[in-house]
Amino acid sequence: FYLTPPQVNSILKANEYSFKVPEFDGKNVSSVLGFDSNQLPANAPIEDRRSAATCLQTRGMLLGVFDGHAGCACAQAVSERLFYYIAVSLLPHETLLEIENAVESGRALLPILQWHKHPNDYFSKEASKLYFNSLRTYWQELIDLNSGETTDVKEALINAFKRLDSDISLEAQVGDPNSFLNYLVLRVAFSGATACVAHVDGVDLHIANTGDSRAMLGVQEEDGSWSAVNLSYDHNAQNEHEVERVKMEHPKSEEKSLVKQDRLLGLLMPFRAFGDVKFKWSIELQKRVVESGPDQLNDNEYTKFIPPNYHTPPYLTAEPEVIHHRLRPQDKFLVLATDGLWETMHRQDVARIVGEYLTGVHHQQPIAVGGYKVTLGQMHGLLTERRAKISSVFEDQNAATHLIRHAVGNNEFGTVDHERLSKMLSLPEELARMYRDDITIIVVQFNSHVIGACQNED
Amino acid sequence: AAGMFLRLLSDVRWRATNPKWRRMTCSQRSTSSTAEPHPVSLPAQAQVVICGGGIMGTSVAYHLSKMGWKDIVLLEQGRLAAGTTRFCAGIVSTARHISIELKMADYSNKLYQQLEQETGVKTGYVKTGSISLAQTQDRLISLKRIASSLNVMGIPCEIITPKQVAQLHPLINIHDLVGAMYVPEDALVSSANVSLALATAASRNGVQIHERTSVSHVSVQKGRVTGVETDRGQIQCQYFVNCAGQWAYELGHSGEESVNIPLHACEHFYLLTHPLKEPLASNLPTIVDPDGRIYIRNWQGGILSGGFEKNPKPLFTEGRNQLEIQNLQEDWDHFEPLLSALLRRMPDLEALQIMQLVNCPESFTPDMRCILGESPAVRGYFVLAGMNSAGISYGGGAGKYLAEWMVNGYPSENVWPLDLKRFGTLQSSRTFLRHRVMEVMPLMCDLKVPRWDFQTGRQLRTSPLYDRLDAQGARWMEKHGFERVKYFVPPGKDLLDLDQSKTFYKPDWFDIVGSEVKCCKEAVCVIDMSSFTKFEISSTGDQALESLQYLFSNDLDVPVGHVVHTGMLNEKGGYENDCSIARLSKRSFFMISPTDQQVHCWAWLKNRLPDDSNLTMEDVTWKYTALNLIGPRAVDVLSELSYAPITPEHFPSLFCKEMSVGYANGIRVMSITHTGEPGFMLYIPIEYALHVYNEVMNMGQKYGIRNAGYYALRSLRIEKFFAFWGQDLDAFTTPMECGREFQVKLEKGMQFVGQEALLEQKQNGVYKRFTMFILEDHDTDMDLWPWWGEPIFRNGRYVGKTTSSAYSYTLERHVCLGFVQHFDEKTGEELVVTTDFINQGEYEIDIAGQRFQAKAKLYPFSSLFTHRRRKDEVELSGYQRE
Repeated sequence: FYLTPPQVNSILKANEYSFKVPEFDGKNVSSVLGFDSNQLPANAPIEDRRSAATCLQTRGMLLGVFDGHAGCACAQAVSERLFYYIAVSLLPHETLLEIENAVESGRALLPILQWHKHPNDYFSKEASKLYFNSLRTYWQELIDLNSGETTDVKEALINAFKRLDSDISLEAQVGDPNSFLNYLVLRVAFSGATACVAHVDGVDLHIANTGDSRAMLGVQEEDGSWSAVNLSYDHNAQNEHEVERVKMEHPKSEEKSLVKQDRLLGLLMPFRAFGDVKFKWSIELQKRVVESGPDQLNDNEYTKFIPPNYHTPPYLTAEPEVIHHRLRPQDKFLVLATDGLWETMHRQDVARIVGEYLTGVHHQQPIAVGGYKVTLGQMHGLLTERRAKISSVFEDQNAATHLIRHAVGNNEFGTVDHERLSKMLSLPEELARMYRDDITIIVVQFNSHVIGACQNED
Repeated sequence: AAGMFLRLLSDVRWRATNPKWRRMTCSQRSTSSTAEPHPVSLPAQAQVVICGGGIMGTSVAYHLSKMGWKDIVLLEQGRLAAGTTRFCAGIVSTARHISIELKMADYSNKLYQQLEQETGVKTGYVKTGSISLAQTQDRLISLKRIASSLNVMGIPCEIITPKQVAQLHPLINIHDLVGAMYVPEDALVSSANVSLALATAASRNGVQIHERTSVSHVSVQKGRVTGVETDRGQIQCQYFVNCAGQWAYELGHSGEESVNIPLHACEHFYLLTHPLKEPLASNLPTIVDPDGRIYIRNWQGGILSGGFEKNPKPLFTEGRNQLEIQNLQEDWDHFEPLLSALLRRMPDLEALQIMQLVNCPESFTPDMRCILGESPAVRGYFVLAGMNSAGISYGGGAGKYLAEWMVNGYPSENVWPLDLKRFGTLQSSRTFLRHRVMEVMPLMCDLKVPRWDFQTGRQLRTSPLYDRLDAQGARWMEKHGFERVKYFVPPGKDLLDLDQSKTFYKPDWFDIVGSEVKCCKEAVCVIDMSSFTKFEISSTGDQALESLQYLFSNDLDVPVGHVVHTGMLNEKGGYENDCSIARLSKRSFFMISPTDQQVHCWAWLKNRLPDDSNLTMEDVTWKYTALNLIGPRAVDVLSELSYAPITPEHFPSLFCKEMSVGYANGIRVMSITHTGEPGFMLYIPIEYALHVYNEVMNMGQKYGIRNAGYYALRSLRIEKFFAFWGQDLDAFTTPMECGREFQVKLEKGMQFVGQEALLEQKQNGVYKRFTMFILEDHDTDMDLWPWWGEPIFRNGRYVGKTTSSAYSYTLERHVCLGFVQHFDEKTGEELVVTTDFINQGEYEIDIAGQRFQAKAKLYPFSSLFTHRRRKDEVELSGYQRE
């Protein structure tokens, strides 16, 4: 069985999405030029999610990748809801009041977010009312709490993450009279998801990360070469600080059982996550919810199972680690990706491949001879040079697709091997997950001109 | 840029005699097109309307008017010769693989040569000759095969050494060459001017030409063309000719009655340069470097060079698209591999200055052959398009054949390889065409080895057993969109090697097919032959019998349950189809024809069966899976599965019976195999296919049953001297010429089509004779294998060509089938071919320039085989009695 290059391309491009920030008067005043995103499933259905949106009531753009585990329910819910929580956390008091009044009096609501979605990125219609009510409760509390201070982005991000996770937990405990929704909120709470979210506003870039997805900045050095700067820390057993943190939060007696085989309680790879109430609730609460829950839940061995050495919950938090970075003109792009990418590629390679791709695209402007005097030899030299630069870029119009092509198809020499690509993509469903993980990538391209101008103003 | 193109046309000296037309064409360079009034109004009616004023349209008009048809209107949406024709590189090359294409190109060349004298229009005709280069031995073999064909057609041609190449062309780097083919009479023309010259001559002969007139659609009534609708009004007509080039597909689908013309455009690039310091001579030979994928000709002291890249850019998939037309720009990055090849071939050109890179879309067809002929759906709707970038080479000949077809009812040569009816609606999907032409365009330069298959557009039509067979190692080829098994790779064989068996020598499947043949000879094999075309013809009364008796040469008034092999002949007695017909009942017949007959045979019968609602014809190809049980043990397998006596007394040869096989009832079993071996054809309603196949395989196990493919079948039928339609038989072959007189019943008591011609042949003798050749001094392991189209020599003189060949595992020799003619030694006149003439010659077959001795036979070794078979049958009946 062999996939032809067009077949490979149609698989790779099935989920690709590109967004260009619209220009006004021929000028793009945003620090973001646009972004490319794509997903390649290994699980069926895919457990990764992605989101991108522009904040309409504040400035800035939100982008995030979410890696689900134990099902896709939690990742799905987070991908739909988190940006609303963040946007609301960032809103000034007056705007919150205005929104609340509009809801109260049944007037049209100010739009909060403009989503940039691929047709496959869906929102749950059934749960929208429930989600909305939870969100409204949140902003009502924010209105009551009015501190009068301007909102700090870092704090807003942390609050939004924590609040959403607690809402997920609460909704599962309370349940819903609608049996479909009741089952849904339980599935969301019992599955888990990591999140890596970027908020870009002018030169201010904030990364809020929970779990083992990663954000990486692509920097072009003066000599034109590419280097990578990490803008997040993985929350897993490889991160000493994280292991330290977990140990600090629990009694010394548990030290040995907390992290086993590089997993939290010997079970969970990421050390921070949304959902996963099995690592957050007390044993009594878990039993009560499971027993009163629907049969599907009760019959599920996974949900009934209590992690071993489970003495002092919670063991898990959704609180993100937030890193702030001031963008410089040499910061050309940001890559947000789930661990499926980072398992197969070193960040340095990611920086190089995306960097060369993005600059290659510019080189692809067609040549025209026009009225110039050009000899065959000169033209040949020029073309050979161009070809060397763009050969591998040729097929992709999307940086994320290009990166996936390399991640899946790279041979030992670091070039894409079509045969390998074909094999990896034609693996049967049940085998695919053994060779690769779901991969979700967002590549955000920055506008160096705008960033440079901002810097000079300062 | 535009100025340059005008220069291509600049040396037209316009001397049209028709003053009206001159006025129109003189203003054709005017810049404002909107202000220009149309000088002549369209006629209300005409006999023929031709759409398209390129080389094809003008050539058809030229030839029709020469043949005496005068009431012709040619419509061109823009200006004459302003489409693909204007951008054509103008190389007239006769080096073609297929004989009919070669004949067309040869005719074109001769036509263009005298066209200037005939019309007074300068055509730019220069006899430069052409040199095709070989960088590899395989390429040289391919060229030698073409050289053999050209030579026997009387076209001068020689295989030359690299040194000779250097002498003929000063700029060529010969270091990587192993040889070349030189065709001294190939030529260069200005294709636009050739087209204008043809138009001039046609116009003098009375053809009306209207530019700036677009056809919107063709009107059809009762399956016949009645007129065309244009942006300038309507014209009633009896014949419509679609020569719309890359727009032919769209135009074909614009009417209520779709005419499917499967072609798709791809961008095509070539380079023009300024003159060299020392301008190139205008008679310098054209260079074709297929391994470098390029051609190079001299052009106004500089060069013109283009090629066929590996990664073509198809366009206009969604129809005429203004955006795509505007985006037809020079794409240098795309041209880079071709430019590299050019500079490798002619390194001295480095310093030559570029004038322009021209992008001119060309249309390509699914099988790399052009499309010619009448629509199967609409009578009077003719097509000539899809030239696969050889438009100027074919233009003259193709126009002539189409004109002959329209005027005489059929062209003077067998054009089946180009016939529109070789395609069906299944080739009309845009996705299919887009994918296929992306494969076809690079193939223009790829090596044409025997038995290659297209890779794209596959798995469209399949048997219900496809997956089962595939899982057992089947390797597939495609015919008319249907997947058929070539052979089965036994488990444990290296698969990759087998898939790359592209060779002119002994292929690596040799032993695999050998063991399949052996099993057919000694035990029993099953071959899935579902692709065959199957029709059912029935009537309430005797209409079916009467009509078929008229349309077929054999006697079909046989007892119910009999199968008759018969030709479906044309007036000249030639085979339009060769089929087997089973009489299912008094009033209904089941007809089995070759796979690629699906469209042609349907159209032929539809046009000739009486318009009678009591007579019905149905295409049931898709309803039946056909399994061929072949071999001496077939009878045992079948009788065990059916609990019915299948001895020769109960089930003689050429018999058809509905019976049960396993649990399945209503299986149509026929005692025929299409190969001359004993066995049966099982026609199984598709939902039973898997069941019957499983039963057959299970039951057959103890008889040593195995799967076999078409390569085994081919070897069997060729060693048995069985002719196949489409390969050996065509519309110019009669039963008398291929020893099938026994399938013709001249005295069946009623007239039939072709009867007179056959009677005459019976009295006066035939002018060609189907003959079997056994290669004598051919080493199967070391020598080039025959394919088809090899010249046959008798006593050192050319007498004909082979039509098919195979290795006979029984004779352990190669067998070629082909036609022998008898040309008078002095006059070249065709003489009657007698049995003595065949038997009293020393024969040689020319494979790529190398001649092998061959023994000619007019009858198969059947006595030997039947003897053995009878012995088996005796043993068999003895066994059954026990």
